[in-house]
Amino acid sequence: MRAYFDHNATTPLRPEVLDAMVEVYRDTFGNASSIHHYGQTARQRLEAARRQVGTLIGAKAEEIVFTSGGTESNNLAIFGLAPARPGHFVTSTIEHPAVLQVADELERQGHTVTRVPARASGREASGGEASGVVDPADIERALRPETFAVSLMAVNNEIGTVQPVAEVGKLVRERGIFFHCDAVQAPGRVAVDVEAWNVDLLTLSAHKFYGPKGVGALYVRKGVPLRKVSFGGRHERDRRPGTENVPAAVGMGEAAARVKRMSPTLRDWLEEQVLARIPEAYVNGDRERRAPNVSNLRFPGIEGEAIVIGLDLKGVAVSSGAACSSGAVAPSHVLLALGLSAKDARSSIRVSLGEGNTREEVESLVESLESVVMRLRKLSPAYAR
Amino acid sequence: MRDKYSIEETKPIAVAMSGGVDSSVVAALLHREGAPIVGMTMQLWNQQRLPELATEAKSGRCCSLDDVYDARWVATTLGIPYYVVNFEERFEQHVVKPFVQEYLEGKTPIPCTLCNNMIKFDQFLEMADGVGAEKIATGHYAQIRYDEASGRWQMLRSADAGKDQTYFLWGLTQEQMARTMFPLGGMVKSEVRKLAEDLGLPVAEKPDSQEICFVPNGDYAAFIEAYFNEQGLDSGATKGEIVTRAGERLGTHAGVHHFTVGQRRGLNVAVGEPLYVIETNPATRQVVVGTNVDLQRQSFRMDGVNWISIAPPQEPVRGEVRIRNRHQPAAATIYPGATEREATVEFDEPQRAVTPGQAAVVYAGELVLAGGWIARD
Repeated sequence: MRAYFDHNATTPLRPEVLDAMVEVYRDTFGNASSIHHYGQTARQRLEAARRQVGTLIGAKAEEIVFTSGGTESNNLAIFGLAPARPGHFVTSTIEHPAVLQVADELERQGHTVTRVPARASGREASGGEASGVVDPADIERALRPETFAVSLMAVNNEIGTVQPVAEVGKLVRERGIFFHCDAVQAPGRVAVDVEAWNVDLLTLSAHKFYGPKGVGALYVRKGVPLRKVSFGGRHERDRRPGTENVPAAVGMGEAAARVKRMSPTLRDWLEEQVLARIPEAYVNGDRERRAPNVSNLRFPGIEGEAIVIGLDLKGVAVSSGAACSSGAVAPSHVLLALGLSAKDARSSIRVSLGEGNTREEVESLVESLESVVMRLRKLSPAYAR
Repeated sequence: MRDKYSIEETKPIAVAMSGGVDSSVVAALLHREGAPIVGMTMQLWNQQRLPELATEAKSGRCCSLDDVYDARWVATTLGIPYYVVNFEERFEQHVVKPFVQEYLEGKTPIPCTLCNNMIKFDQFLEMADGVGAEKIATGHYAQIRYDEASGRWQMLRSADAGKDQTYFLWGLTQEQMARTMFPLGGMVKSEVRKLAEDLGLPVAEKPDSQEICFVPNGDYAAFIEAYFNEQGLDSGATKGEIVTRAGERLGTHAGVHHFTVGQRRGLNVAVGEPLYVIETNPATRQVVVGTNVDLQRQSFRMDGVNWISIAPPQEPVRGEVRIRNRHQPAAATIYPGATEREATVEFDEPQRAVTPGQAAVVYAGELVLAGGWIARD
């Protein structure tokens, strides 16, 4: 049996989404910017998809800019807001690299960046590490007169912690500062609402909610003065040049129309089983303020990398840390930011469930995990006792 | 139908794949024979880490993205499970740091031997255990056989004398040899290249790697200085004088790590006859020079000795001793020392440039008897 537990990396394409895309690829090849019938037919499909994506997050269709995915959306949002003279930018230490490395680049360009820790209190910590939830007060303290934007993720991709986006959005926008939210991991995990969340810009990626890869969106609140970061056309209301990828956008729209909130039942049962059957197993990050599908587990003394390989050879797919360009695993920057040692960060794995996972699959995961962890501990000098 | 990836129950072989021709052929050969295999590439060193060493030529150096790409391509072509495993921390701790340290101690270290002892036949074996593999296979040119008479695993030189890598493999233990396969040990390189072509491997044309993998362009001194910089240390602290054996001061040098025994280049001292480095003395930070005659040595001490194929002897043994990779092994008598880990080598004829920090490997014909480190006097 093979079982997939890496839905925060990507999700399978929903069959209805594939059907819709195939139909567009086959029948609607026109360039959506052409003025003739072929172009108009394509434009219709594109705009219908834009409405579907807008509906998912409570936005108007014209506020949706299609992009190539989450990374591009984050780049467009942050670079598109950065002023010409040196400014100040605030984000958190647990963001995705698609925000953190944009922040690094801002610094190289002469801006100043504050990276706020994710240390809101209120969890029972297993090893003294931080919660993985940002405290709005920390954001507030970081704000300066020259702060041009704050970027905070909605749901952390590695530990699943849900950030206080609405609260942060309120205090940021009250001060006339732009607020961007990387909500790539939000659809299907938490309800997304750009009004309730007080966001100016919000990033989405289709393949995280059973849509196709290579397409994402940036919500841009009406009136936000976003500058283009690439040039060559006036597409997407002059925000993102390039021939519209209509089949992909249609796929994203159809996927958006079918987003269902997951229940935490299966994840909770998984954790209960793991903690009961495997001695010295811990859950990383706040367990309460958390997306319903993620479990980041720590098994001190052994390498998460070896667990992932061992499980894969048994047909069970999970992940560990961050992939280097070579494909090797580096310790998760999120776990390090929580205060875990490099050793503890490396001994952690991420399980992320999806709609298709069954109880039988979770049983098989627990069983395989138990045998792999026990075997590795038997071999590990670090675990010898 | 059986899922081809669910191979754990049949005890797979973990193949160390570097992306080069040799290890690719190993994977393809074992796969062709029907053995269940798991391909793994060890990520040992981040080539982007020391920016001042950045060069154009990236291929053929360990863990370059091109090599990982090639290894993955081979694995995909074969349809075998494949993983890149991150051994960077251990590699730095057990290979790079000792390498730098030994240079500063006036030795000329061989990181490949340390890497074999501490990484490839240690951590990699552990990783193999972790994924349920009993044996590992690599593309090394050496042979391992089990000797019924003595009940020991033995190491022999490779069939291709020009490619033989036993000079770097003498540190293996009986346990490690029992679990290791060198499928190329009985072949010559031209056969291996031919096989790569026949097997349709995308890397058949790739040139061999030659240098120490983490040191670009073989420039050890530049590497050591870049590493020192990164660590916030001062490599200039090993600057000192160039002196003759008699203590006559001939000039100054930029650091003992720039010099190795037998070296002539970079001394910048003009005297009548050619001068060579005879030794480097880290305590006084002196580089001692002399003539070619001064480089000849009849005997030296070894430490860290591993009697790889035979039980540690009580009596002196005869053999041929190689003191650097390309050195023609020279007849010698090896006298056991106070412990099994020590020995003294007495050559029949004096040998040039016996260099502390390099390995000395003792052969009896094709058989590798022992290896150890050339000690400072």
